[in-house]
Amino acid sequence: MRLTSSIYRIRITRPRSNFLLPVVALLACGAAMAQSPTYKVGRPPTAEELHTWDNLVGAKGKELPIGSGSAVEGAPVFAAKCAMCHGKDGQGGVPVPEGFGFTYARLVGGVGSLNTPKPIFTVGSRMPYATTLFDYIQRAMPVWPMPRDLTPDNVYALTAFLLYKNGIIKETDVMNKASLVEVQMPNRHGFYPDPPQSEPNDKDGTWLPLWEHGPEWKPTTKPGAKWYGPPVAAPR
Amino acid sequence: MSSKMSDRRGFLKKSAALAGLAAFANGKALASVTPGLVLGEADVKYGVTPDEPNIQDLLYGGRSSYEKTIRIHSINSPEGLRTLTPLQDSIGIITPASYHFQVQGDTHMPNINPREHTLIIHGMVDRPTVFTMEEIKRLPSVSEVHWIECTGNSGLQWYKALLQNRKAGRTDGSVIQGVHGRLSCSEWTGVRVSTLLKECGVQKGASWVIAEAGDNIHHAKSLPLAKLMDDAMLAYGQNGEAIRREQGYPLRLHTPGFQGVCNVKFLRSLKVTNEPYYMQREISAYTNTKPNGISSWYESQQGPKSLITFPSDAHKLAGAGLYEISGIAYCGRGKIARVEVTVDAGKTWKDANLQQPVFSKAWTRFRLPWNWNGAETVIGSRCTNEYGEIQSTVEGLAKLWGDDFNPPIPAADVVHWWESAPISAFLNNPIQLWKAKPDGSVYDATYVKYLPNPYYPA
Repeated sequence: MRLTSSIYRIRITRPRSNFLLPVVALLACGAAMAQSPTYKVGRPPTAEELHTWDNLVGAKGKELPIGSGSAVEGAPVFAAKCAMCHGKDGQGGVPVPEGFGFTYARLVGGVGSLNTPKPIFTVGSRMPYATTLFDYIQRAMPVWPMPRDLTPDNVYALTAFLLYKNGIIKETDVMNKASLVEVQMPNRHGFYPDPPQSEPNDKDGTWLPLWEHGPEWKPTTKPGAKWYGPPVAAPR
Repeated sequence: MSSKMSDRRGFLKKSAALAGLAAFANGKALASVTPGLVLGEADVKYGVTPDEPNIQDLLYGGRSSYEKTIRIHSINSPEGLRTLTPLQDSIGIITPASYHFQVQGDTHMPNINPREHTLIIHGMVDRPTVFTMEEIKRLPSVSEVHWIECTGNSGLQWYKALLQNRKAGRTDGSVIQGVHGRLSCSEWTGVRVSTLLKECGVQKGASWVIAEAGDNIHHAKSLPLAKLMDDAMLAYGQNGEAIRREQGYPLRLHTPGFQGVCNVKFLRSLKVTNEPYYMQREISAYTNTKPNGISSWYESQQGPKSLITFPSDAHKLAGAGLYEISGIAYCGRGKIARVEVTVDAGKTWKDANLQQPVFSKAWTRFRLPWNWNGAETVIGSRCTNEYGEIQSTVEGLAKLWGDDFNPPIPAADVVHWWESAPISAFLNNPIQLWKAKPDGSVYDATYVKYLPNPYYPA
């Protein structure tokens, strides 16, 4: 049996992972170096293509569009475009049509509930970065009748509205490219390993993610095995 | 009589004559379901009846009218964009495209003209490039047999949903299809992602790739660059034909051994980065939340998993006697090395025969003859991969999770937590047990332990 708790392990994971970052980069570089075109197919993208396909928003917010919005402005947009599925206050519970008891996602509340027998998964209790929320609204909402018909101001305002409803920002706080990435989400440190694993481990114990070991783990006789998964039972 | 009918008869007669089956026409007319069509005595005796071929249908081909196996809609999907593979009728290791499950988090299914479809590779590359489908198909290609499985497959939540379905009067679900049916195996054909990434020149320091779909919600997923430089594929072929629209026509990402959500359909964009992008589908779902509230993320590989597909709860046995137990086994890494089967509720385990060749990260069909004495019993299978990792029971998985904590959380508490959580564990690979009753009916004996099934006999 492992002697360290998960919480403790997370604390030790971070410096350890940081220490290993150069290793990660080195390995990735090994795969990436010395590449010149072999087949000479394809063409450079147009500016329009790059614009269309470079708007997923990562945690650094580099791709955030120009625009802004607050919860005050977001409330009427939410009422018009979101409340029919997610509830007036984002409380969820609206049944999926013919969904046999399934309901649309709850977006508000549940902070502090994840380690209880009845965890409530919402925007506030779950997402580690506010950009995750912004990106998903911009890219995929509202599903009905048609996603991707919100203006950047709308998306900023809806994001602000949900952050406000979750008690993370004030009602008048304006979200824009600069302020959104500064928002501290309650569950920022609720995930591990942090940073996420970008290279497979080879099960030799040097830098593999700590969740990997089964209780009776022994190194495999086949080095180079790649594993990115949840725990598996140890070999017999 | 419609002209279509008479055309058809004309076609049938001509076909018989062309095939040199003169005896057909000369034979004594014992019965004719369609007036005017004469059948031979032997044919009628052995169940041959006039078919109703439509010559246009024959150009693509169809199956016998006696074959009724279909996918079923998943439980929470009135839109029909989630369908489940009929594993109970699976044969061999290839899932026909018509049976391949579909889990699409979109309410609209794109229908993409391949001449208009392009793939853009950008971000940390020396040469951002747009490829047309025609260009992608000119590049060196590979064909490989691999399974794809939805991350949430076999979760307790699907069993709960099945019970809700029954309560609502829907009877078409079984555990094998309703709980395990987000699972298929195909031969995929396409170009290695690494071929295109090298063509674009991946820059120093890059470690992740964000894949984005051209569907309405632009499904997006962060993937380790190391995986895409390894065995990932841009697939345009499935089982000898173009991939189906449900599977992302004309181009999908295929990441062998990784969970289903990584296999981005309708693939339009690969952005090379040095960090994951924390997309909704790698945060709000597809993470494994532990009882302490902490979630592990970017876990992608499925552990060793096997499943007896016959007999299962979709079948009824005809009584005591010989049956061939048959099932599938697979793992997110490597090949399946061993499958053991129990026919006495786990008291003894016997090695099953593995169909050769065994492919890496693909289904392996296993079989074992079974002489059933007709008494109530429990059967099940467990598999081991070439690295010696073995499939666990639900309790075993719960122990693996619970032992992660100090003090360890008892397995029963972990299972209780899985039951009560709004979403259950992902990448589930518990041993599935089936209980055969003396009347030949077969029931799930794994999930019923955690949530009693009022629709099962005591």
